[in-house]
Amino acid sequence: MSRLRIGVLAVQGAFREHRRALERCGAEVEELRRPLDFGDDVFKGLQCFDGIVLPGGESTAMGVLLRAEGLLDALAACGRAGMPLYGSCAGLILLCREIEGADGKLVEQPRLGLLDARVRRNAFGRQVDSFETFLNVTDIAQDLRAVFIRAPLIVHTGPDVEILAEVEREETAFPVAVRQGHLLASSFHPELTPDLRFHQAFLDICRNRR
Amino acid sequence: MEKSTFRVKSGLAEMLKGGVIMDVTTPEQAVIAQEAGACAVMALERVPADIRRAGGVARMADPAVVKRIMAAVSIPVMAKVRIGHIAEARILEHLGVDYIDESEVLTPADSRFHLDKHDFRVPFVCGARNLGEALRRIGEGAAMIRTKGEPGTGNVVEAVRHVREVMGQLRQLCSLREEEVPGYAKELGAPLELALEVHRSGRLPVVNFAAGGISTPADAALVMQLGCDGVFVGSGIFKSSDPARFAKAIVAATTNYADPEILAQVSEGLGEAMPGLEIASIAPEQRMQERGW
Repeated sequence: MSRLRIGVLAVQGAFREHRRALERCGAEVEELRRPLDFGDDVFKGLQCFDGIVLPGGESTAMGVLLRAEGLLDALAACGRAGMPLYGSCAGLILLCREIEGADGKLVEQPRLGLLDARVRRNAFGRQVDSFETFLNVTDIAQDLRAVFIRAPLIVHTGPDVEILAEVEREETAFPVAVRQGHLLASSFHPELTPDLRFHQAFLDICRNRR
Repeated sequence: MEKSTFRVKSGLAEMLKGGVIMDVTTPEQAVIAQEAGACAVMALERVPADIRRAGGVARMADPAVVKRIMAAVSIPVMAKVRIGHIAEARILEHLGVDYIDESEVLTPADSRFHLDKHDFRVPFVCGARNLGEALRRIGEGAAMIRTKGEPGTGNVVEAVRHVREVMGQLRQLCSLREEEVPGYAKELGAPLELALEVHRSGRLPVVNFAAGGISTPADAALVMQLGCDGVFVGSGIFKSSDPARFAKAIVAATTNYADPEILAQVSEGLGEAMPGLEIASIAPEQRMQERGW
């Protein structure tokens, strides 16, 4: 079987760390910056990938850049056509159908809107409230070191969304890792630790979709 | 659950990579920066060009200014303290800013010691002109570095000099045999443990942005091509003739730094950049980069 080919969205954020983790798992990785690199029909051009990673970064900044570059629609079309996508932190926000601000009010910002979930940006507060902890992620990893940085929280999920891990906040458990078929998303940053289990799990999804 | 670990502090800087951090003095400017795609803003009372012009002692911004800017945007907000000013840093930590810049743009409060940044819950970014200075700041707890350049000049030459110095010394350190590292670390004035870590890993332990004199999209692309992880733009945006357009163009140029076609596109018909200053026209004791040790 040939190596998996994974695209990592590289307009802004921690794309190098994802690249490194995926390469250590044996995948072939390419950075996605501008649609032109993929020919006149961007959607077709992106079909060379077995999966695409949307990294952490600033979701507002990434949204502005994605729309300006015209990548947003092409990525959404890929996801709708069944290509595996994984979003961490800001990437999770981009995947969600509904986005709310830290105050709980809906905000309009560029997104793919494929994951049937509502997400709250900066849900834990400001940077001084960022943290790391151990998590058990169903079917993926026990005792996974998870780093949350100005992290978002999923506040509502649709029926097709499987909750893989939760974090308790004010006595309520909120999902921080979810899967909806070929879509995987996490509030935390597996790319900031040397543990490869989460990336392996995404590559398994990609392999099964081939 | 552990907060404020070094991984959590430096992790935020990792998320800012490939982005532009813009100096802003009002909530309105902060919103313009956010809409243009800035990955963070630096809340200030005055931009460096105005600090330079005003002279006198430059201090931490009024907390009211910082709070208004924090309330206006969802992206991270940074703010500056004077070098070594423990109390100003505690005030900003209390306000909940996302990053503190211990900055040479303000008048230093301590002529011998920088802050013990390990002692704070909030992460710090510090300026550096060379690898030794960068590793000294990291040794004190800085979770992000920016090369100093010469702030408020609109002249990129010092930023380039400092980026080249850091990157060149990094390459030299990595090319040494292990037993040669202590001697070179001493020459750089760098903590030995950090020099050994860099030698092992082949890179700086934290993210490194460029700052001080970047005023056009091409300037931003230049420092990115030299190996920086992102850029700070101080006076360059809100001292230009069309801030919203300049901001967008500099963001696009930072993402697409290696793509001349996009650089040409975003540079076209931008209008006047901020007025620039020749470095030689600034007396050595007026140069902000000389502050800090």
